[in-house]
Amino acid sequence: MRKNLAAMRQPLGRNSAAKRWYWLLLLPFVCMLWPPLYTRVDPAIAGIPFFYWYQFCWVILSALVTGVVYWLTRD
Amino acid sequence: MINWGAFGVFALLFAIVTVLGFLGPYWRRGDLDLLHEWALGGRRFGTLVTWFLIGGDLYTAYTFIAVPALVYGQGANGFFTLPYTAIAYPIAFVFAPRFWTIAKNRGYITFADFARERYDSRALSLAVAISGIMASMLYIALQLIGIQVVIAAMGFVGKGLAADLPVIVAFVLLAAYTYRGGLRAPALVAIVKDALIYITVIAAVIIIPMKLGGFAHILNVAGHVLESRPKPAHLILPPQAFSAYVTLALGSALALFMYPHSITGVLSAANANVVRRNMALLPAYSVLLAFMATFGYMAIAAGVKPASPNDVVPQLFLRMFPSWFAGVGFAAIAIGALVPAAIMSIAAANLFTRNIYREYFNPACSPQQEANNAKLVSLIVKLGALLFVLRLPIEYSIGFQLLAAGWILQTFPTLIIGLYTRWFHRRALLIGWLVGMIVATVLPAAHAFTSVVPLHVGSLTVPIFAALLSLVVNLVVTVLATWLLDAARVARGEDKTQARDYVAGVS
Repeated sequence: MRKNLAAMRQPLGRNSAAKRWYWLLLLPFVCMLWPPLYTRVDPAIAGIPFFYWYQFCWVILSALVTGVVYWLTRD
Repeated sequence: MINWGAFGVFALLFAIVTVLGFLGPYWRRGDLDLLHEWALGGRRFGTLVTWFLIGGDLYTAYTFIAVPALVYGQGANGFFTLPYTAIAYPIAFVFAPRFWTIAKNRGYITFADFARERYDSRALSLAVAISGIMASMLYIALQLIGIQVVIAAMGFVGKGLAADLPVIVAFVLLAAYTYRGGLRAPALVAIVKDALIYITVIAAVIIIPMKLGGFAHILNVAGHVLESRPKPAHLILPPQAFSAYVTLALGSALALFMYPHSITGVLSAANANVVRRNMALLPAYSVLLAFMATFGYMAIAAGVKPASPNDVVPQLFLRMFPSWFAGVGFAAIAIGALVPAAIMSIAAANLFTRNIYREYFNPACSPQQEANNAKLVSLIVKLGALLFVLRLPIEYSIGFQLLAAGWILQTFPTLIIGLYTRWFHRRALLIGWLVGMIVATVLPAAHAFTSVVPLHVGSLTVPIFAALLSLVVNLVVTVLATWLLDAARVARGEDKTQARDYVAGVS
């Protein structure tokens, strides 16, 4: 029975189940479109204020998130 | 005085690129008498070529000049480009593959083709085409300004034909090989452009901080200089700048993949997965852009005093690099202008040919006539932009990018929301578009073409990106008009697309 359900879900349901991962894409929006999260000097790394390295890291992180979502939803 | 060292290297790289451009038609040969072959490279580009093409297409010469200039002038405010590029790709990851699929299944070359079939409305399709063509024209003009700025930095200054000659030559060559090879030409040139840009930026990020005493020191000096200006700017974004920062990032990100040149790049991909994959890979260019933003601070720390904000980067290169390498940097920017300019002119030509010429003047045109018309229009578009730029004082350029973003965003309800739902009434979309276009034009014009305008909410004044504000107005009008038109039972037209056209993989 259980096996049957899984088999049924494979062809039809996979796409919509995988679509859930798209919600991950909201992460960069939340973390970057709310400046109070990062408009600070400390903690600084090698004298570079948080404001700069945080956003720089998110440029890379958002690419990683997009890559992960691609990998989880690819056909 | 002409800087021959820089100009020699510049001219050599330019010559190589020109040869490559003319080789375009022989690369991945196709029947260039068909519009989708000329304009979309036959929709055959794989992941790597698409990456070079879209990367070379989106990160324009003007970006490379304007972003550091903004940071030089306004400090932290200019770093909105980081959230902007960080969220632009997740947005495109969602809708661009969907548009690729429907376009492939229904044979679309432009977004306006989609509006025509989805809403059964010639008027709406025309509206989309008008926004796209107008935005593309401004963007091509910006690319020319990018070339002008670096050529002036090499000593070609003054008035008259002699000073303008290098720009004219560059553009005539560009027009010629785009006419012949279509999208294949910029796709080939993009590979050189991107290599040059990466080399220049990586060299700059290593060499300049070494000469100036490290990144931390540069930021420190820049911070002090910014604070002590008559109109102080800041190293850390102050609370009163939050609303402008966020709306600039969001508005620019929503607009990025709606520009006709972005769409042309997306549609040239071989399948929807190439598009998806690229949305995870293209941010490599965003890292580059983040580094470039810091050039503004480097220029401050180096004591560069440019005559106009556009000169920040060229002056920095001249001061920090030996003249031959400054030539490489200038070539990177100028060639960086050619790729987008070519794709923009192709995109504008597609819109004109498909959605105006074929729709209104020659519905029975043969595929060959269609392709020939597009080639001709691509020439006219470039010529128009050239005349425009040569006649217009360069100071007006700042307003261009802003207006283009505002105009293109007005097609968001029709195109992006339209990809998912047909809830909006076609006439409502048209009314919303019209109101939005007026707001997007009048609002900045009333505020001396600054990108951010004050919005008064009660006793509060909130600075907002004008382009995003006009989109909100557009959406409100569209929703209200949809209710009214539906209540009055105005016909909605027939949707010629089917649900399976958006998902089925016909490849």
